[in-house]
Amino acid sequence: MLKIEGLSVSYGSRRVLHNISLEVNSGEVVALIGPNGAGKSTLVRAISGVIPVESGSIQSNALSRSSVNLLSLSPMQRARSLAVVPQAASLPPAFSVWETVLMGRTPYLNFLGQVSAKDEAIARLALQRVDALDLSGRRVGELSGGEQQRVLLARALAQSTPILLLDEPTSNLDLHYQVSFMEAVSALAHQDNLAVLVALHDLNLAARYANRVALLVDGKIKAAGTPRQVLTPELISMAYHLPVQVIPHPFADVPLVIPGNP
Amino acid sequence: MKIRAYLYSLLFLVLAVVLSIAIGSVFIPPADLGRILIGWLYRATFSEPLKTFAFILTDIRLPRTALVLLTGAALGGSGAAYQGLFRNPLADPYLIGVASGAGLGAVLTMSIKWPYSFWGLMAVPAAAFIGALLTVFLVYALARVGKTVPTTNLILAGVAFGSFATALTTYLMLRSTGELHRAIAWLNGGSSQAGWVPVLTVLPYLAIGLGILVLSGHALNLLQFGDDQAQQLGLPVTRARTLILLAASLATAAAVSFSGIIGFIGLIVPHVIRLWFGADYRRLLPLSLIGGAGALLLADVIARAVMAPQELPVGIVTALVGVPFFLWVLRRAKNQGYW
Repeated sequence: MLKIEGLSVSYGSRRVLHNISLEVNSGEVVALIGPNGAGKSTLVRAISGVIPVESGSIQSNALSRSSVNLLSLSPMQRARSLAVVPQAASLPPAFSVWETVLMGRTPYLNFLGQVSAKDEAIARLALQRVDALDLSGRRVGELSGGEQQRVLLARALAQSTPILLLDEPTSNLDLHYQVSFMEAVSALAHQDNLAVLVALHDLNLAARYANRVALLVDGKIKAAGTPRQVLTPELISMAYHLPVQVIPHPFADVPLVIPGNP
Repeated sequence: MKIRAYLYSLLFLVLAVVLSIAIGSVFIPPADLGRILIGWLYRATFSEPLKTFAFILTDIRLPRTALVLLTGAALGGSGAAYQGLFRNPLADPYLIGVASGAGLGAVLTMSIKWPYSFWGLMAVPAAAFIGALLTVFLVYALARVGKTVPTTNLILAGVAFGSFATALTTYLMLRSTGELHRAIAWLNGGSSQAGWVPVLTVLPYLAIGLGILVLSGHALNLLQFGDDQAQQLGLPVTRARTLILLAASLATAAAVSFSGIIGFIGLIVPHVIRLWFGADYRRLLPLSLIGGAGALLLADVIARAVMAPQELPVGIVTALVGVPFFLWVLRRAKNQGYW
């Protein structure tokens, strides 16, 4: 479980996140949607501890019986609770897929990064889970965007954390990879009982694969709830400054957002 | 693959050491070379003509070989570390100005008092270290744009500050009378300091600096993904960066203190090793030490041989090979971003 309470973040004197409260339960995918510049990536970075937080707390009770404030942990301890899948842009191309995924074991290794047979087994399993075991000998730079994104998911899985954060993982992928990537993420959340928070551009991808959706506008959570509760014409039009229609999905029990007027 | 990489680079180093011991202005027959070296290990005394040869070998060539070897290792290792820290294929202790900054620090201490005593000599690398650190922070601050350090900015800031530091150093040396004039040849990378004292003096500094670097491979691997991802993977980024930066600057400063400013070894060696043996810093760092030592020894042999009995400063040899290589890397980095 990931519980964010009253989180505020400023860049200099400009406040970019205002009093964010959000809960992600184990076994649940929560999609973070919102227009460009709303603060989605900032929120992901703040939760992962790479930018300073002005106020608020980020609790998790996944690794211990009592809940722990993730912000008070060292990077290594935090990396055992929470893994991040970044966008697959500008990865160092010269490492092999295997080396890259093994780096996910860092929070369990010493400064030298010596891996044990157990670490290798976990990395292999992670690659299997995202269906990328056959890529393990390849260099990351030779891979397509979709393959790189799966490798990053495998690296996050190798971290063996109860919480997974994904920062717009589908934005560089084509339609096929977008769908198969989100299928994989949703399957992992439900099978491994992970708490997954995923920032997404594509509203219909969010509607299809998220259990709940949080709408972030100008650094504030404007709405949170099931896709049906959040993906309404009123809320989405307001957030994106664009008229939209919302119709029932032809075969799934979720809303479908279509921009523009008839 | 792993073992072969070490085997090849060690073989290269041994070859370079043998050449460095065997070649010089006085020809020593190979049979005598062997006899003297074995005798030297057992502290034997020699009679003429071996006595002269023995002196040349044990008091001139061997210490020089040792000093050049250590210098090359320091330059190769710190070059690899700077490249990893800045995530920039053109970082090199010389090109980013650190070597010149260290040189300025060294000459400043020498201008206060020429080091005669052992402890006086020990102070030179310490001053060079301070010069190197100030330079790193200055150049980094000048070159930084947000969270990235663009290649052109880094090299421009490094070369500009390097020229400034070198000019100041030269001024200090020319203004002074007496001993400091000795430092002029030194500045161009002539290992004119003879004997075993400089070797013993740099050794502790290098052992600390290079020791830390060799152990930092995993941290440097993580840093290649950028500070955010490195920290999300569990690395205490600021601490690791600072430690590596201090270690690389210490190694550079120690090298500069007694061998002068030698460019391009720290650029060429890690690059070639990366091309041949991959980008894993856990392997790249030790291999860059070995390769740097071998490469600088070869350059030094060439510097001694081309105009014998006169010597070229070794910095001239490395620059003649290094600048074309630098231009090639620059083009390559621009074209394909293999990095």
